[in-house]
Amino acid sequence: VTAVRPVDVDLLREVEQFLFLEARLADEGDYDGWEALWSDDGVYWIPANGDDIDPATQMSILYDNRSRIALRVRQLNHDKRHAQNPKSRLRRIVGNIELLDGDAGGDLLVGANFIVYESRERGTTIWGGRSEYRLRRVDGQWRMAAKKVMLVDNDRPLATLAFLV
Amino acid sequence: MSTAVTVAWDRLIEPDRVHGSLYTDPAVWDAELERIWYRTWVYVGHESEVPEPNDFVLKSIGPQPVIMTRDKAGGIHLLLNRCSHRANLVCDTARGNCSSFRCPYHGWTFANTGALLGYPFSSGYGGRELKSELGLAPVPRVASYQGFVFASMADDGPSLAEHLGDAAGEIDRLVQLSPEGKVQLTTGWLQHKVRANWKLLLENETDGYHPQFVHASIFAVADSGIGDLYGEKSTAVSRDLGGGHTENDLRPEFRRLGEPLRWFGTSPDRLPDYVAAMRAAHGEAAEQILVEGSPHVMIFPNLFIAEIQIFVLQPVAVDETVQHVTAIQFAGAPDLNRRMLQQTLGSVGPAGFLLADDSEMYERNQRGVQVRRPEWLVLKRGLHRERIDERGHVVGDATDEVPMRAIWAHYKSLMEDGR
Repeated sequence: VTAVRPVDVDLLREVEQFLFLEARLADEGDYDGWEALWSDDGVYWIPANGDDIDPATQMSILYDNRSRIALRVRQLNHDKRHAQNPKSRLRRIVGNIELLDGDAGGDLLVGANFIVYESRERGTTIWGGRSEYRLRRVDGQWRMAAKKVMLVDNDRPLATLAFLV
Repeated sequence: MSTAVTVAWDRLIEPDRVHGSLYTDPAVWDAELERIWYRTWVYVGHESEVPEPNDFVLKSIGPQPVIMTRDKAGGIHLLLNRCSHRANLVCDTARGNCSSFRCPYHGWTFANTGALLGYPFSSGYGGRELKSELGLAPVPRVASYQGFVFASMADDGPSLAEHLGDAAGEIDRLVQLSPEGKVQLTTGWLQHKVRANWKLLLENETDGYHPQFVHASIFAVADSGIGDLYGEKSTAVSRDLGGGHTENDLRPEFRRLGEPLRWFGTSPDRLPDYVAAMRAAHGEAAEQILVEGSPHVMIFPNLFIAEIQIFVLQPVAVDETVQHVTAIQFAGAPDLNRRMLQQTLGSVGPAGFLLADDSEMYERNQRGVQVRRPEWLVLKRGLHRERIDERGHVVGDATDEVPMRAIWAHYKSLMEDGR
């Protein structure tokens, strides 16, 4: 697509507010609040070695179905999740938000870029990439049915990434 | 290496304790490169990563980049990634299929056997033919066992069979879990970087004392029974396999439980195709193989077979290590393979339920060994209850530090053998 399409500004604003909320809950380690943003069939995916691998046959950094998302949150809430105790100090910027074309079975496709600034005893790590979301309205609230996080450096050695990106 | 002779190994490595400087001293690191990484057998890659003629993949021997190729006749080669002309990197693609490598700097071209095929403007060498003398440097010794390709940068020394010793039997034990007798490493690798000396990882791989503490969170929330394998009452044993190779042998626990596939946290009714294929391949022996499960063995210095995944430790600096990890796949076991991949990627890598916590410990430990007192790390656990098994190996209880003592005794013998 090489031309800008007319955009539903109200819808875009609503989606932006949702993504900013998700970012803030993740940054502040509100794990239960973050988990509540998922639909019942949500899939959280961070591919490795490229953005378009087949997660059924290739290693991903993370590929959580809804029950594994819940497990991840339960682990983060446990005080012996050493990799996040103490929690990383985090702040992220989410930008370049676009409503994307495509058929997603009635879900809304959204793309956004991000930079996360992480500080912990190890030092400061800057994470960057693009996320693509499938968003769905459930009982009048936006929910994530899918979030795919494409790290710019997903084909290189990465530091521990135990927070919610 | 001149620095190596200045390290007093005898004063840093004692039978039941080691000095903290072994993890931080640049002179120790320099000596290790020469006496371990560029000399002994080191695991490099698996033949299944280059299945077709002319396939190649970038690998490493410690910090050194190596190209693993399969030539058109099927032979495996390990070539150092350095142009013989001006030392540029000849290959910067992680994997691919190509019969030759062309250096981007001046266009010298090498076959995937390492032979120099040609160089532009060849009259500039006054009629002298360079092809026979200026190929890519091959790694001096390359040998495979069950498809696992090992390399030694030394022209001579013990054979791979001598190096592996009884650890070879653990690889056999892994491979027989494939109905076709073959392991395939085809799911791609995660690379997890930690700010820690490689030996902290090496020691942790067969440390049966840490799981209940480091992995307390995932064991609790996933209601996992793994922690019990590494408890005070466990009948599992820790073992010194010789040659610096060590294992946590969990078979006694699984034999006691007597349930096929318990080691994988499942049961035969969940994997009927796999179980049928194993019975067809192994007959009556299948039952025992399915009960006893997969090995947990650390093959010195860098190949860790952890039941359902393979880790390769790559030291890149005295205080930095990259853990490469992939899911094991067994030929002829598609239903098991799918689950092994999903279970592996949940557990390992930068976001893994297990490895993120291990890696946090490695990094905390690296900071800890720089604290000046009490200088030593203690390896005494289980010293009073060591015993010799029927094969003559030293064994201890599940949580004992037999493996660490074995690693350090072997390490010391390598470092003191100045050659």
